[in-house]
Amino acid sequence: MSESVLRLVWVYPDLLSTYGDQGNVLVVERRARQRGLNVARVDVRSDQQIPTSGDIYLVGGGEDRPQRLAAERLRRDGGLSRAAGNGAIIFSVCAGYQILGHEFVNDLGRREPGLGLLDVVSERGTGERCVGDVLADIDPRLGLPELTGFENHQGVTRIGPSAKPFARVRIGKGNGTGDGTEGAYNETVFGTYMHGPVMARNPAIADLLIKLALDVNALPPVEETWYEALRAERIAAAERPA
Amino acid sequence: MQDASPQQGSSEPLTPRAKLAVTAGKVVAAVSRSAGRGSGSVIGGKVALRVDPDLLARLATHLDVVLVSATNGKTTTTRLIAEALRAHGPVVSNALGANMPAGITSALAGGSAAKYGVIEVDEKYLATVARDVRPKAIALLNLSRDQLDRAAETRMLAERWREGLSGTDAWVVANADDPLVAWAASSCPHVVWVAAGQSWKDDAWSCPSCGGVLQRPGDDWLCAECGFRRPPPTWALSGDYVLDPNGTAWPMSLQLPGRANKANAATSAAVAWVFGVPPETALERMKSVAAVAGRYDVVNYQGRDLRLLLAKNPAGWLETFSLIDPPPTPVLLSVNALGADGTDTSWLWDVDYPRLAGHPIFVIGQRKLDLAVRLDVAGLDFRVCEDVSEAVRLAPPGRMECIANYTAFQQLRRQVGG
Repeated sequence: MSESVLRLVWVYPDLLSTYGDQGNVLVVERRARQRGLNVARVDVRSDQQIPTSGDIYLVGGGEDRPQRLAAERLRRDGGLSRAAGNGAIIFSVCAGYQILGHEFVNDLGRREPGLGLLDVVSERGTGERCVGDVLADIDPRLGLPELTGFENHQGVTRIGPSAKPFARVRIGKGNGTGDGTEGAYNETVFGTYMHGPVMARNPAIADLLIKLALDVNALPPVEETWYEALRAERIAAAERPA
Repeated sequence: MQDASPQQGSSEPLTPRAKLAVTAGKVVAAVSRSAGRGSGSVIGGKVALRVDPDLLARLATHLDVVLVSATNGKTTTTRLIAEALRAHGPVVSNALGANMPAGITSALAGGSAAKYGVIEVDEKYLATVARDVRPKAIALLNLSRDQLDRAAETRMLAERWREGLSGTDAWVVANADDPLVAWAASSCPHVVWVAAGQSWKDDAWSCPSCGGVLQRPGDDWLCAECGFRRPPPTWALSGDYVLDPNGTAWPMSLQLPGRANKANAATSAAVAWVFGVPPETALERMKSVAAVAGRYDVVNYQGRDLRLLLAKNPAGWLETFSLIDPPPTPVLLSVNALGADGTDTSWLWDVDYPRLAGHPIFVIGQRKLDLAVRLDVAGLDFRVCEDVSEAVRLAPPGRMECIANYTAFQQLRRQVGG
């Protein structure tokens, strides 16, 4: 790992970038640069090899068929798993979150193996699709303010013993298990169902990833005016009875 | 129903039940209008279809029907085709964009003297409507991500088109440059391929057929895995010209701005040709179209000219950015996330806002804060305003380009009188 460059890898924008997931990449990149860091961003298409030397990997959401194709290619490539073994920070959303787990149900209705980087198992829910604004409390050990996001999925994700829930929903469905959990994480790998994109509404998550990647406890402050205004508006919108 | 062939036309009058349905629809529409609930066309169509579920099919028997579907450009293309076909006879059309079965039924019920029916159809209903009205031509322009919280997945729409249209008798006039459209249309027996271009490519990196990664050398595209590739076009958009199947280049001098409208006009010329209207005549008639349902309209508001531009999704915003006047022209952006817009604003991050660098930017709309964060992260200068009036007051002089998504556009029109 180089001292001076933060290597940011965006995994498979051709398959997993359906819900404005580029926004997470842009926010991490912007906030790192605002701290004076050099950022080398690599967008890796699904016919290219995943570099194993990145510091932060972002995996987005996608439709059902691209999700299966992405899982097949990531398993075959092996690069993301090797990067995780090197201690890289990985943040995943929705379809990407399911892929990082042990298995999920693919577009053909069959169980598809994931990468097993996060101790979760996903299946397709039988109830209504979860769509709408979400408000949740992030695991206090992560020291982050409340989570605001937009969910749009039909997945149900159960967390195993070696992962922890990323957040507990106050409003919304989250993991869809009915137990109030939202997302999952371990030391270096994170998953969430939140769109929005989630970093635009929760820039503290972007900062957390940068801190973990750099192994520092704090970052210099940046201008938060518009993020704060958006957060306040969306939190109020989630709290307003429909 | 028997013998619904649109080519033959029919002198057979509507059945008593169909007549009753048309009358019931008109009565309800009139009541709805007088109650101030819009044009009443949708509610009127719903009632008529309830009285006679086959009404849409019956109304269409008397017409040569063209269906137009796409993610973007439906309303404009419907208008351009309607203008072109008027060279050969009266046209009935759902010109105001009521594009689901009820609205279409209502529009057709109002055009008993027409020869042609030019019908915009919502992407989700294309196969159903095509089955009912037995069209003579179907124009397929493009497919891309739109309203992700409620619309079907983009490839799923292409699949529904492909299945629903595979046995159609119609001439399908389809964009060869959009892999999803090409895949949808390639199961049809009669296709006229138009090289109409595709600026937004981010929904078509995967082969629609096998899922392989598409290669895109130049204007071409192909899948190295299964061999599916861009079909050879017989019509093409080339700069300001349309090339017809004989290789003749016809100049377009549209009033409508932008590359996307040239693509719409090229497709419309190909559709007109299916009906025997020569390109020269068709393009001449398309020149008369200046604004479509308020889109591209220039209105004067508080002493300033505002050009009203509708952009509903990333592909639409991309085309719109390419047609606005260069900096330092001020730009007003307005975004809502009401039901008709889709309530998920994450698509804002797929829009290439850095292209607006150098323009003074003003931001309004229900979701102006989402847009503010988007622009802030893009490193752009912008001002968030309460409404269009404040933006007009603060903006440097000159015509202002106003880009808004669906309900934001309607609100803007109401406010500035467009």
